[in-house]
Amino acid sequence: MKTGKKIETGFFLLFFLFIFFSLIINFSAGKEMGLKSFYFGKNLFIMLPPAFILIGLFQVWVKRETIEKHLGTGSGLKGHFYVILLAGTTVGGLYVAFPVAAALYSKGAKLSVIFTYLGAAAIVRIPMTIFEASFLGLKFTIIRFLISIPLIIISSEIFGRYLEARSYKMRENSE
Amino acid sequence: MLYLYAITTTSLVLSVIADRQKTQQALKIAGKRFINILPDLLIIIVIASVVLFLIPSETIAKYLGKDNKYIAVFLAMLFGSVTMMPGFIAFPMCGLLLNQGVPYFILGAFSTTLMMVGIVTFPLERSFLGTKTALIRNTISLVIAVIVALTIGLFYHEITI
Repeated sequence: MKTGKKIETGFFLLFFLFIFFSLIINFSAGKEMGLKSFYFGKNLFIMLPPAFILIGLFQVWVKRETIEKHLGTGSGLKGHFYVILLAGTTVGGLYVAFPVAAALYSKGAKLSVIFTYLGAAAIVRIPMTIFEASFLGLKFTIIRFLISIPLIIISSEIFGRYLEARSYKMRENSE
Repeated sequence: MLYLYAITTTSLVLSVIADRQKTQQALKIAGKRFINILPDLLIIIVIASVVLFLIPSETIAKYLGKDNKYIAVFLAMLFGSVTMMPGFIAFPMCGLLLNQGVPYFILGAFSTTLMMVGIVTFPLERSFLGTKTALIRNTISLVIAVIVALTIGLFYHEITI
């Protein structure tokens, strides 16, 4: 385990102890944080295992050539279009999107498409959009989509090219 | 959430039928990657619960309704960036604020930063993208959120040039 990860784990254990003692001595702030972390953590651990199984299946079944062809260099605007569709069906939040992006990258998707995916996974997820439209109106959602999607594609294209020119490599986080 | 489990189960069954060994390999990859990011997830839980404790949604609601629109939009982006809440909590809250007279563009600033800028998920993002790239990605997202909020304001005639 890397040092950074060890520190993170240690920090979590300290937090856990803090919650534990808060329960014993009836410290209300600690108890409330414990409750919040429980609900939040529960969500994470419900979403992530199936997401990771899908990533694993993707990794063994999908051919590298397929991803390179549709999402790699030379895929043009179509690549962006495909990942926006994929992003629409992504569940959870950015914490699911990062591992998915890493899997796409390891199969040969280009960086600009990866950034479009991350941006789109944040803002066009279908279940969330339904909530948005029903509480703020369809007009609000449509305006937001029409402005943010082109901005995401343009900025990702620029950022992706900038990084590729500097031969940046995304960490695959699978070592 | 249910459909995620349905899709995963179906894919897994199909995969086992097609090739047992490949499926085993897939599960191994899944487990390894999950364990790899586990420390990041644990720290996200800690940060999220501290942030949510310090800035509960009632506080956010109170500040977004401030009279000074410019302060309110600034706070909206700040809260949107540092907190984290699922859509089924955030949007009903926005709907409530809208009924109380909070302008659309302030809600747009809040919801867009909430979705795109992630201080809480930063530890995870960093281990995939590296610190510098993660910082730039968040900055770009913040800029996009500003543009989105301003345009929404123009469309609803809340901001006039």
